[in-house]
Amino acid sequence: MATKHSRMAARLMVSPAVILLFLWMIVPLGMTLYFSLLRYNLLMPGMESWAGLDNYRYFIGQSAFWQALGNTLALVGGVLAITVLGGIALALLLDQPFKGQGVVRVLVIAPFFVMPTVSALVWKNMLMNPVNGIFAHIAKALGLQPFDFLAHAPLASIIVIVAWSWLPFATLILLTALQSLDREQMEAAEMDGANWLNRFLYLTLPHLTRSITVVVLIQTIFLLSVFAEILVTTNGGPGTASTNLPYLVYAQSLLNFDVGGGSAGGIVAVILANIVAVFLMRMIGKNLET
Amino acid sequence: MKLTCRALLGVTVALGLSGAALAEETTITVATVNNGDMIRMQGLMDAFYAKYPDIKVEWVTLEENVLRQKVTTDIATKGGQFDVLTIGTYEVPIWGKAGWLVSLNDLPADYDVDDLLPAIRGGLTVDGNLYAAPFYGESSMVMYRTDLMEKAGLTMPEAPTWAFIKEAAAAMTDKANEVYGICLRGKAGWGENMAFLTAMSNSYGAKWFDMDWKPQFDSAAWKETLTDYLALLNEYGPPGASNNGFNENLALFQQGKCGMWIDATVAASFVTNPKDSTVADKVGFALAPDTGKGKRGNWLWAWNLGIPAGTEKLDAAKAFVGWATSKEYTALVAEKEGWANVPPGTRSSLYANPEYAKVPFAKMTLDSINAADPTKPTVDEVPYVGVQFVAIPEFQGIGTAVGQQFSAALAGSISADEALAKAQELTTAEMTRAGYLK
Amino acid sequence: MARKSSATRQAVVTISAWTVGLVIFFPILWIIVLSFKSEGDAIGTPLAVLTSAWTLDSYVEVQERSNYLRHFWNSVVLSLGSTLIALAIAIPAAWAMAFAPGRRTKDLLMWMLSTKMMPAVGVLVPMYLLFRDFGLLDTRVGLVGVLTLINLPIVIWMLYTYFKEIPGEILEAARMDGAGLRAEILYILTPMAVPGIASTLLLNVILAWNEAFWTLQLTTSKAAPLTQFIASYSSPEGLFYAKLSAASTMAIAPILILGWFSQKQLVRGLTFGAVK
Repeated sequence: MATKHSRMAARLMVSPAVILLFLWMIVPLGMTLYFSLLRYNLLMPGMESWAGLDNYRYFIGQSAFWQALGNTLALVGGVLAITVLGGIALALLLDQPFKGQGVVRVLVIAPFFVMPTVSALVWKNMLMNPVNGIFAHIAKALGLQPFDFLAHAPLASIIVIVAWSWLPFATLILLTALQSLDREQMEAAEMDGANWLNRFLYLTLPHLTRSITVVVLIQTIFLLSVFAEILVTTNGGPGTASTNLPYLVYAQSLLNFDVGGGSAGGIVAVILANIVAVFLMRMIGKNLET
Repeated sequence: MKLTCRALLGVTVALGLSGAALAEETTITVATVNNGDMIRMQGLMDAFYAKYPDIKVEWVTLEENVLRQKVTTDIATKGGQFDVLTIGTYEVPIWGKAGWLVSLNDLPADYDVDDLLPAIRGGLTVDGNLYAAPFYGESSMVMYRTDLMEKAGLTMPEAPTWAFIKEAAAAMTDKANEVYGICLRGKAGWGENMAFLTAMSNSYGAKWFDMDWKPQFDSAAWKETLTDYLALLNEYGPPGASNNGFNENLALFQQGKCGMWIDATVAASFVTNPKDSTVADKVGFALAPDTGKGKRGNWLWAWNLGIPAGTEKLDAAKAFVGWATSKEYTALVAEKEGWANVPPGTRSSLYANPEYAKVPFAKMTLDSINAADPTKPTVDEVPYVGVQFVAIPEFQGIGTAVGQQFSAALAGSISADEALAKAQELTTAEMTRAGYLK
Repeated sequence: MARKSSATRQAVVTISAWTVGLVIFFPILWIIVLSFKSEGDAIGTPLAVLTSAWTLDSYVEVQERSNYLRHFWNSVVLSLGSTLIALAIAIPAAWAMAFAPGRRTKDLLMWMLSTKMMPAVGVLVPMYLLFRDFGLLDTRVGLVGVLTLINLPIVIWMLYTYFKEIPGEILEAARMDGAGLRAEILYILTPMAVPGIASTLLLNVILAWNEAFWTLQLTTSKAAPLTQFIASYSSPEGLFYAKLSAASTMAIAPILILGWFSQKQLVRGLTFGAVK
């Protein structure tokens, strides 16, 4: 049990982390909050004036805002679906013994090591380009018209690209969890006549709940701020079809040079992210209890 | 723990010190765009170092959008990261007026500042101060396949009309064999599809704003422009056109898939280069088209070298800027890589040079540049300068947003009328918010 | 009977696993292939690409144009530096939270994770101004600081879940034997936690290596890592697939190799408490 002595020591040991993160949160956040209440355009510095809640009103009032909100949630949801379901399937597959298991595992993990900008560029140019990309060549070889992924299905394409990057992460965590499954229990159930589906649903899946929770939590944090892939492929377009909240904030602060509006957008994005986090914790947080 | 702490501190200090520069030399940081001419200059730096042995140049080469964003963030917050900037004719008037750039009026006499082409020099001067030195200038023109025109039985006039272009595109299209009559920019961006569309709209008699700064997308002229543009690309253009910018169309043309391409004059040196182009010897040039209203559909752009105010290495920066845009440099490139690869469009002396006149697209480039007047870009009077852009700070955002609407119309997600309505709506909203409209 | 069906089953499993693996790996394989082709060949049909000449031209051009070694070294310094510092701060914090939890520990953990919620773009201008005022622009020190802070929550969380698995009895036994706090951490805890620490280190190095926002915004030339190296090859004028592929291969190769050699380590630590 923690003695008074060790509790003091504990508090001391946690403090550097807490202090640093607190500063990291407060200082930029504070400045952003301050800027969001000003009319601050980068191209006309020194002319800032008080704007009150105008920036917020403008940001939320844009028709693009609701679409960006929807796109953000769709992006997170879509990638989570693909990576969790795909991750489970892949983990089940890779858990079986077969020749060259080690090599295949590396092949499957590899996308996680690739920088998001590189993977987006490769998908956009070498794979999805409707004239020179591989998909186009395959389509032409089959006698079909090449499909312009990024123009006609921009959000879906981006979901695919981001899911490709995160699938390895999910697979790894789920595979590791699978490998600690109680084999004896499985064999006993098999001998008792339980078929594969039942074994999966009642033995495997519950065992994986904790790992799935971890995957969902960590990925959600990163997916809410997907930015590089959109910048490199569609620039949020066509129109605002693939603009998510971070991209909208970028368009506001760095394309329009409207730091006031962009800061307001940033604050809105934080509020949204925190709401999502609370929801998530309420839904699956209990899985993390030991 | 203590040991690790100390070790970490030591490592950090050592790393910090290892970045310290030597005292003697001055190092200037030059931010530049990753296009062929700038890359070529990086390869020719030995000549600069021979002339200025105690100046060292640190290159930061980035793609245009990233470059523009980083440079603007830095100069607006006075970050001081750069000593020389590569900026376009869009930024120079705005930044010059804001006092962010150093005046270049005191360049040495042998720089021969009067040699600069008047249209370009005019675009870079504010209140009599030259705020940037042009590195290369361009306009836009029609590049076409002489063999395909012959096959179609047509002759391209030196100054075609848009109607003729449509005719030629129809005649040259052979989609089954992947030959598309015309390739045009469709990618969204104020400097991408909007550069082309704004220039095209000028030739149709349209304008961005009237004298009261009211957006004009609800005018008949703009509707005609957009409708013709969409018709050209939908019927005679390559698939996926809404994602094609300069590079994509260049690749298509070089592979022989375009009958015509209306784009920057600098593309001419790429498409006639047998190293990368499969149709290098089959290219002809013509002026950008018009509709007879007095303005042609070509634009005017220059990449220039400017010096941010407040830089501590002013003399070194000026030395570099002066050298990089001098006649001396032009001669150097001609000697090492041939006249076709000399940075075009900045000096009259270049075009008076008989050696350069041998380059097939030289005259057309000069004529195109001279045909554009940024101070009077449109048929009607307008309150702004800029041929294919509007030189106000808000234009980047507005231009890109409108560009996205037009790109969506090309992709087929919305109709032309919807795109124009949306463009009108968002431009009006932005201009009101920025204070131009009451 | 059982043996026969398991042989076909084996075959099916092997084939499907290999197919899936290759499909997922394909984009990376393709970049590597394209990096050895000339620009003109790189945009051809797949068959044409595979049968065209192999060349090192693209690599030569990339090497001539940009300083790969300096960018590479910066990436190494930034990833390793930020990871080591993060670990130095996180290990004690995670220890405290795992072994001496208070009432608010869970909330504290959640709060730490929530600091990652702010989209970086929103705080760009404030950060740029701060960095400018403190002279940290384009310095490795400044960037190490930022990278440490953005990944600290994840590092703490991973270590926390790993530490929680370590049976408390062992620590108590050591304590009863008279071991002080320092000894407890150094001689008992750390050896048992090595797999967890190793995999956290690896994961963090990867995350820091691939970070593509702050590394682009806050550096210019001296501290610029590989993410900036790539940025000069994305959409230049003219054909660029081969050069981009060469540059990309050079940028991701180090991390791929690291991943290959350390995959066992990476996997061992990623249990997140699922192992009982």
